[in-house]
Amino acid sequence: MVTASQCTTETVFDYSWKQVVQAYWNRYPNPSSTHVLTEDTIQREVRDGKLYSRRLLSKTNPVPNWGKRFYNNAPVKIVEDSILDPQKKTLVTFTRNIGFKKIMNVDEIVEYSEQQDGRTLAVRRAYISSQVFGFSRAIRAFGIERFKSNCNKAASGFNYVLRNMFPKNVGETGTYKLSKDVNENETAAASTTGTSQIQQATVNKTEALKMAGKAGYEYLKNHAIKLAQIFSIKN
Amino acid sequence: MNSLGDDCTELKKQYDACFNSWFSEHFLKGRHDDSLCAPIFKVYQDCVKRAMREQKIELREIESEITTGEQNHEQQQQEKPDHTKS
Repeated sequence: MVTASQCTTETVFDYSWKQVVQAYWNRYPNPSSTHVLTEDTIQREVRDGKLYSRRLLSKTNPVPNWGKRFYNNAPVKIVEDSILDPQKKTLVTFTRNIGFKKIMNVDEIVEYSEQQDGRTLAVRRAYISSQVFGFSRAIRAFGIERFKSNCNKAASGFNYVLRNMFPKNVGETGTYKLSKDVNENETAAASTTGTSQIQQATVNKTEALKMAGKAGYEYLKNHAIKLAQIFSIKN
Repeated sequence: MNSLGDDCTELKKQYDACFNSWFSEHFLKGRHDDSLCAPIFKVYQDCVKRAMREQKIELREIESEITTGEQNHEQQQQEKPDHTKS
């Protein structure tokens, strides 16, 4: 069993917590989420004054050719659980892919809470793991790379929805982002491992095979990034 | 947004509209009675659950308890949970 790699990012929205949670249920569609195809609420209840919801999302799945050996190109399904506490003013969401879990498992936990200045802080944590032999470390490393590079895009999609719902705040769209590597060292190590695995496969150390190794590494990297994008729910 | 089931999209939109107004006008104002949208929610659920069955979506995981996943990941960070305690 592999342990997950983790990445944490923080975003501040220039809107009150109440505005953010109202927009949350309406954040699709937005211009940054064209990959989201359907959205359904499949469970909902109020318990102990808190709102519990489960939603099922489906996303487009542009399967790379090599991936067709592992799975077909049916849309990827993502489950999004959330618990909203109006007393504490917190909304915690938990999304993960269902199906294809051996190839890649992406869990994302986001907590929206009220800051003292009245704005809303979103802390997002992603956990990426894979059980595919040899791909595991590279997928985790590049999945996290992808996740970090998409953080701004995620906020811009949600900000678009907020601006539309609460137009008074036009002009106050600035958000800032902190990003910290929980395991920077592991990410670097994983990149090295990815290369050496490909190169081991080529066995001979001729120049031509070195080139092949490099190409294979790039290939693996690109597809790991693509997979992370498919399974991650942004915006 | 569309529903998973093509024929459920209209019901989903009606439910979403009801939910949004209940959420803003009732729930966030401290009135937690959720019976307002219960009838439309039920009709919508019947439709979407049928669509899920037709599309053979794995229901096992979908019917589990709603969770924020934090327990999973707190456990993962520890080496091995100590079962001798508790």
